[in-house]
Amino acid sequence: MPAAPVQTLVDRVTTLAFDRFVLKAGFLGDDLLFVFADGGIQLGREAAPLHPHADSILVAAHAGTRLVTGGDDGRVFETGPAGKPAEIGNEKGRWIDAVAIGPEGSAAWSAGKTVTVRDGKGRLKTLTAPSTPQGLAFAPKGFRLAIAHIDGVTLWFPNVDAEPERLTWKGPHLDTSFSPDNRFLITSMQENQLHGWRLADKGHMRMSGYPAKTRSWSWSHDGLWLATSGAEAAIIWPFAKEGPTGKAPRECGIRPAKVTAVAFHPRALVLAIGYEDGWVLLVRLTDASELLVRAGGDGTPITALGWDRDGKRLAFGSESGGAGLLALPV
Amino acid sequence: MSTTMTDKIPVTVLTGYLGAGKTTLLNRILSEPHGKKYAVIVNEFGEIGIDNDLVVGADEEVFEMNNGCICCTVRGDLIRIIETLMKRKGRFDAIIVETTGLADPAPVAQTFFVDQDVGEKARLDAVVTVADAKWLAARLKDAPEAKNQIAFADVILLNKTDLVSPEELREVEARIRGINPYARLHRTQKCQIPLAEVLDRGAFDLERILEIEPAFLEADDHHHHDHDHECGPGCTHDHHHHGHDQHGHHHHHGGLKHYHDEEMQSVSIAHEGDVDPEKFMPWINDLVQAEGPSILRSKGILAFAKEPKRFVFQGVHMILDGDLQREWRPDEKRVSRIVFIGRNLNEDALRKGFLSCVA
Repeated sequence: MPAAPVQTLVDRVTTLAFDRFVLKAGFLGDDLLFVFADGGIQLGREAAPLHPHADSILVAAHAGTRLVTGGDDGRVFETGPAGKPAEIGNEKGRWIDAVAIGPEGSAAWSAGKTVTVRDGKGRLKTLTAPSTPQGLAFAPKGFRLAIAHIDGVTLWFPNVDAEPERLTWKGPHLDTSFSPDNRFLITSMQENQLHGWRLADKGHMRMSGYPAKTRSWSWSHDGLWLATSGAEAAIIWPFAKEGPTGKAPRECGIRPAKVTAVAFHPRALVLAIGYEDGWVLLVRLTDASELLVRAGGDGTPITALGWDRDGKRLAFGSESGGAGLLALPV
Repeated sequence: MSTTMTDKIPVTVLTGYLGAGKTTLLNRILSEPHGKKYAVIVNEFGEIGIDNDLVVGADEEVFEMNNGCICCTVRGDLIRIIETLMKRKGRFDAIIVETTGLADPAPVAQTFFVDQDVGEKARLDAVVTVADAKWLAARLKDAPEAKNQIAFADVILLNKTDLVSPEELREVEARIRGINPYARLHRTQKCQIPLAEVLDRGAFDLERILEIEPAFLEADDHHHHDHDHECGPGCTHDHHHHGHDQHGHHHHHGGLKHYHDEEMQSVSIAHEGDVDPEKFMPWINDLVQAEGPSILRSKGILAFAKEPKRFVFQGVHMILDGDLQREWRPDEKRVSRIVFIGRNLNEDALRKGFLSCVA
């Protein structure tokens, strides 16, 4: 095991405590954002939390100035920096299992096998998936949704009147993500591995060797690396050229604790890593140097990490509501 | 990060063929004044729902694990629901999973052993099966699901006993015992039973697998403080059913019928002494790998040579969970015993295999 990181940013962290499971941490526009499993949305440090849902928030997605949440009340809300949640979907009390944010004001969600896409004008389209999806992701180009389910992924162009395309690989697929250059589609799987397809020829990629499921991942700003959780280091796969096939991944931030959350800096090859014991590190890919952000806190797993758009601030939160805000020296 | 057994949320699995009375039992559990809050996972929203409790609809999505083990099926929807529920700790004290009448309990049980995230936060407490005293015998003939549910159970409520004669009741009890002599069997009407007999049983807790004698022997010991819903009167002698003639399908012992189910049996093998762990572990691992699909449940308490502690294991199909437990007491006989409940078990082969592990 490498020596503990000597460089520390601990004194630049503002500690916050919420006493509630943190689902998402980051920034909505410039405002600090925390989304809690108990249903609260904290926007900024001072304002009272919003509670658009009747009860809990099950799933949340956020990008830029948009936050989409799905609750156990069957409702889907979109919240912007103004802090005024608007209901964009209602599945009549069924649990919302997955949400995704799409281009031009669009969003998608699923409840049971029913997947709904809402375009920027508010028009709804639905599709029945072969089994209950857990992961939804919009493609970076075109109006196209990937739906991960048992035995593969369905690729759906909601505005095209054609049968959705199916990418098949046996086993339950959990989350899904397109590479930023739209060349690869990745899924995490129940069996502690990732699967991937080259979209051009549907060629398969298997990324395995994890001791636990990958439930957090992040693409680097240049789109060439995918950092993943699920091992006692952040496992970072190379996606230049033909992707990770036949190449070994980078392992960064090796510690005797599993990585539970990862978030790439939006402008540099620096990765924020959260661990199951509450630690948070920053690792620079170029020289593997490490900076300590949090030495455990209350010791519960880091569940959320998020950078602001300039990469000057990092927000994080844990299972028990321990949270913090790192402000990097400018 | 270690989570002890007691920190984990207990999960009770409620099974039973259509119409046996599962919903009645569920409503009873939810409405009694126990001061506990339950999260209930149901397949159809029926006439349940107490204000205090969380009711979640599930879709019984069973899938095979992609690990080359064909009987290793799990409930994907349960993994998802339990992970989500665990983000709201403090909102409930226990989870109850009600399965549909046609469900096989194995995928539900296996979910807690196969999925690491679920296993870290929740523990399977017991499989409770509600059976209809009037119709069970017929269902055991024509519905493999009903037989699975009996074979798999840790606790069986033989319900609607008011609708059958004492003779019919003895008959159906004997049928149940022919399949699963190890479950606690309770006679009930309208599922009236003290909740302690159903909840917090620790049936999968290695620390609490104290004995693996057939339950009706155990029941005898409790007669002084219990009443009619333990094993009925007449259960005063050893029904240990291995060693009986396999070809005769029922026997009379002091007026009590004793059946062997053609398809589903239990096999219990004891050795009065130690076994060699170097021989036993590979044997049991290979056995469940090969025979896992036909072995529904397995349990064992073993005396390992030169080991002062008891080794206890339990299994569901191919999945085994075992550990060293408390020390053998000085006044306790070091006996190694294993039991299997399963389909078309080859008793001779099991016996030979086990006895070849003797130290």
